[in-house]
Amino acid sequence: MSTIQFILVLVVAMITGMGSVLDSMETHRPIIACTLIGLVLGDVKTGIILGGTLELLALGWMNVGAAMGPDSALASVVATILVITGHQPIASGIAIAIPIAAAGQVLTIFVRTIAVFFQHLSDKYAEDANFRGIEIAHFTSLLLQGLRIAIPAALVAAVAGTSGVEAMLAAIPVPITRGLQIAGGMIVVVGYAMVINMMEAKYLMPFFFVGFVIAAFTTFTLVGFGIIGLCAAIFYIQLNPKYSQQAQVYDELDDL
Amino acid sequence: MSENKLTKGDLKSMFWRSWWLLGSFNFERMQSMGFCVSMIPAIKRLYKDKKDQSAALKRHLEFFNTQPYMAAPIMGVTAAMEEQKSNGAPIDDAAISGVKIGLIGPLAGVGDPIFWGTLRPVFAALGASVALTGSIIGPLLFFIPFNILRILTLWFGVHYGYEKGTSIVSEAAGNTLQKITEGAAIVGLFIMGALVCKWTNINVPLVISSVKGSDGKMVVTTVQSMLDSLIPGLLPLLLTFLCMHLLKKKVSAIVIIFGMFALGILGYIGGFLK
Repeated sequence: MSTIQFILVLVVAMITGMGSVLDSMETHRPIIACTLIGLVLGDVKTGIILGGTLELLALGWMNVGAAMGPDSALASVVATILVITGHQPIASGIAIAIPIAAAGQVLTIFVRTIAVFFQHLSDKYAEDANFRGIEIAHFTSLLLQGLRIAIPAALVAAVAGTSGVEAMLAAIPVPITRGLQIAGGMIVVVGYAMVINMMEAKYLMPFFFVGFVIAAFTTFTLVGFGIIGLCAAIFYIQLNPKYSQQAQVYDELDDL
Repeated sequence: MSENKLTKGDLKSMFWRSWWLLGSFNFERMQSMGFCVSMIPAIKRLYKDKKDQSAALKRHLEFFNTQPYMAAPIMGVTAAMEEQKSNGAPIDDAAISGVKIGLIGPLAGVGDPIFWGTLRPVFAALGASVALTGSIIGPLLFFIPFNILRILTLWFGVHYGYEKGTSIVSEAAGNTLQKITEGAAIVGLFIMGALVCKWTNINVPLVISSVKGSDGKMVVTTVQSMLDSLIPGLLPLLLTFLCMHLLKKKVSAIVIIFGMFALGILGYIGGFLK
């Protein structure tokens, strides 16, 4: 890894770290973060494939309300560096990504706690109507979220290409790596379960089962499923008496 | 005396600042600083006196937390109320806080299933399924449509909220939003059904029977092939229900994931998972 690449990796790591708290441009999603790291490391194709694989795994990882999902930013950045610079197979990258996502979650909890300090700083600035002060406090906490990814990424990037790391990763026993790969196939359902739970509508579950059964017996692509799903939603809303009742209710009142 | 009025530029500035709403998310007041920073253009325009400015800043440093894109209409409504207040309307702090707090629940209730439950996983799954081939179209298929929808929501959210003012409160519970939320949930659940079946890998290679077929070839029946003849994807389906149940019981996702790791390793060693 050249010096320029090293610096670019840090820049991308900063962006994904900030993205993971902002949930705005979604740069922290594996499909974007892995692609960007792959791009700066000169192997965008591996980055994209790893990103796509991890993305399916992390589909339901989300921050809703005060709850936080596993951290996809750190997992994506570190896994991509290890796969491309550390010459690891993609399957190992996936296996490594999961424990790192757990570590990333701990780190973001840490930074979100530190941000309480900036909250109180802002209170003080508000006292004097110090606009600039509040803005600086706000963006400083954002910067810390970026560093949360950039610092671990720097450590990994510094050692990833060395023979020590390669030897260490190669020394992981086969049952562990194969076991993690098998688990990878199952872990995706945790994400699906999170998404389904958030919909919280039992009466809409038939649509879930229709999707499941169609998938079981056809070879439609996801684009096909998207179109069928959209049409199903439109049918449901057009035909649902709940949405066409208003006019009738008034008629009945008139009859009284 | 001329009336205080927000300019187009102020609203635009609020729109840009709304991108950074979550930057200083913390466990005490969550998005409050981000909301305050987004309101600064309006506060600067409407209040010239330091005392009023300080009071307005403090108002918006109170607890705030909603789906980040749905914060935009709340910013618009709040800006409209601040505008009236600065022109002498009898709106007290409690009224402004009340509207904000009153909106975060319903709007998060709409925004979470639409953006986190449907749009993001659906576009991400689409993009990821293409990305597996190594094509750059995969990431773009996720990044571009999702961000266009996000930016439109923020832009129109700020403006719509500002124009409608407090009347948006009754509309938040209205028919259109309910239709969109319900429609999004249908698409989301439908796609999840397909994903559970197709994009999950569980294989139980335990051999049940192995007989010589009429053509002389060995016909091997495994647990997996028997389950597949029933309906493909049965195990992932059951596993999904188990996860949903555990998550509802407040078991952390990370714990479940590590449990699956253990299962995967044991399964490989024991030969009942492949």
